[in-house]
Amino acid sequence: MKKVITGNHAVSYAAKIARAEVVAAYPITPQTQVVEKISSFCADGEMEAIFIKVESEHSACAATIGASAAGARAFTATSSQGLALMHEMLHWAANARVPIVIANINRAMGPPWTIWTDQNDSLSQRDTGWMQIYCEGNQDVLDSVIQAFKISEQVSIPSMVVLDAFFLSHTSEPVDLPEQKLVDKFLPRYEAKWKLDIGNPHTFGGLTGPDRYYELRYNLQKDFIRSVKVIDKVQAEFKEMFGREYGRVEPFMADDAEVLLVVSGTIASTAKQAVLDARKAGFKLGSLKIRFFRPFPQDLVQKHLAGKKSVAVIDRNYSFGSEGIFYSEVKGAMFDQPHIPIYSYIAGLGGRDVAVKDILGIAELAKAGKCDNPTWWGVKL
Amino acid sequence: MKTTIPKEELVSSGHLACQGCGATLAMRYTLKALGPNTIYTIPACCWSVIDGPFPYTSLAVPLYHTAFETAASMASGIKAGLTIRGKGDINVVAWAGDGGTADIGIQALSGMVERGDNVLYVCYDNEAYMNTGIQRSSSTPVGAWTTTTPPPHFKKELKKDLVAIMVAHRIPYTATGCIAYPEDWIKKVEKAISIVGPKFLQILATCPPGWKISSEISIEVARLAISTRKWPLYEVTDGKYKFTRMIKKFQPVSDYLKVQGRFRHLTEEEIDVIQLQAEENWAELCAKAGIENEFAAQLAEYTEKVKAHHPQWFKVEE
Repeated sequence: MKKVITGNHAVSYAAKIARAEVVAAYPITPQTQVVEKISSFCADGEMEAIFIKVESEHSACAATIGASAAGARAFTATSSQGLALMHEMLHWAANARVPIVIANINRAMGPPWTIWTDQNDSLSQRDTGWMQIYCEGNQDVLDSVIQAFKISEQVSIPSMVVLDAFFLSHTSEPVDLPEQKLVDKFLPRYEAKWKLDIGNPHTFGGLTGPDRYYELRYNLQKDFIRSVKVIDKVQAEFKEMFGREYGRVEPFMADDAEVLLVVSGTIASTAKQAVLDARKAGFKLGSLKIRFFRPFPQDLVQKHLAGKKSVAVIDRNYSFGSEGIFYSEVKGAMFDQPHIPIYSYIAGLGGRDVAVKDILGIAELAKAGKCDNPTWWGVKL
Repeated sequence: MKTTIPKEELVSSGHLACQGCGATLAMRYTLKALGPNTIYTIPACCWSVIDGPFPYTSLAVPLYHTAFETAASMASGIKAGLTIRGKGDINVVAWAGDGGTADIGIQALSGMVERGDNVLYVCYDNEAYMNTGIQRSSSTPVGAWTTTTPPPHFKKELKKDLVAIMVAHRIPYTATGCIAYPEDWIKKVEKAISIVGPKFLQILATCPPGWKISSEISIEVARLAISTRKWPLYEVTDGKYKFTRMIKKFQPVSDYLKVQGRFRHLTEEEIDVIQLQAEENWAELCAKAGIENEFAAQLAEYTEKVKAHHPQWFKVEE
């Protein structure tokens, strides 16, 4: 059934049809509609879940972990400052290996107070041991949450589904809501491998010395490596059941492109229009959307960047004192590959619009090999 | 000797507690009252260590270690996860120290109690951050030495009244306890767990290294806390205060303070101030419980005494 809904409501519907059993959340702009909708689902009896209205995001994450540890499917949603407040518990969730799912609405960090999008909130959580999926549209949001539960539960690694503030969170698009029966088949009831069980009592997370801790982290990375196959398999199953195709990356007219844009989030959607416009003018432009940021799709980046005359990485984020974060990752992936020029462009921080003309401007610079690595596109000096 | 204390042991030997540890006795008695149909969550505190190093554990019930400020919110999540899977009858206990309760965890605790979650929260109160090496918490009593309150900068601020904070939340049941009075404590735990909704218990737990006492007098010191009225034993059910152990005979707080190294620097005048604070606390509790204060004479006497010579750090209303 198609329904015109916002990205936020796509998150809420996804939590409902994924049959999340415990939701613990705290309101923050621009995420509030997610929790409002889930509240009304629970109140109307449409969703069989316990919604814990916690007093902070820190508690939201803790309660979500607790529910998962007790064997339930658990979900929360947040944004920006809220995600930052969760930081400690994000580590806890990943290291405790609970397969919880968070939807994070990308919002820039204060000060100054801001509510508009950029990726520094979620990318600051890069090393917490979570999978991260960056969404381009509202269908992508809904499908990613459902896929995330399935992937997470198979590899015992939590997932963060990320969507741009306002460009997705508050923008309505037609979204196909899959049939509950089909989703139940795709994503069966969660059966935890390890849980708090009075019939089989265990202690979780007890004091662990240097002789054992190291191996636990090794195992987490081992499962991240394993997750790549799981992700590909889950996406193939998803396509078979629901007819929509997803990958860890999404190339768009990339094969014969001379200049390739590397993009994520809603900029990926604008980039597609820029590619089409450029092609009309005889400029062989293509784009590569990074959908999974963790695990980082190193193999696919190498495959799609090979042989390009020039690559432009557009970052709606910045690692201060260093460079654009996707740029670092892409450069790292290409380190032992035949050399191609990779340029870094920063754009759209704090929700500044990145229009088709901006992307075309960046593409022209990359084509001409013009870049200050990084070039802060459109910065007013 | 006949006791009402259940025989079942759910804390095994081989744990990592110090000799004479009150927190370990507190756990042992609490689990005797709760039985095996129980799941614990424990934030950073002495019990993160006492439990034993991985892969060993000294608890015979499931235990989920959690971050410092999350005992209450983690317990809420566990309870919800169990309930949605039809196992809501399992006791869920948040077990935290005084720092994890009165300081860093108070926000989550307040949230859990306000929401009315069916969780038993127990604070074992050894009156400082003992696990990190004896730093003051807001539950450290007036006069105490800690590594962050070295004399003459010993703790000057009053111990935070957690039970009053819980009562202000309209909590259905809250009580104090002491490791030297296990039967009183077990009754309170049993009563607490029979009530649906949030429950908060605070048990005074002696700490030989932190209180600078020898381990063999751990129980004796705990008894003195009760007999000197430094730590009154009472419960509050639906807002109604009731003493569970009435003290009839005057025993000065100095009897309690002088056996502990953490108070050894105190002058007689300073001890008088602490005596006055104990009298004021007792009088306040008597008023709340609606009973006559049999120690009204002491209160008057120490008010006068302290006014006459009050130490600089103690402000007396003139």
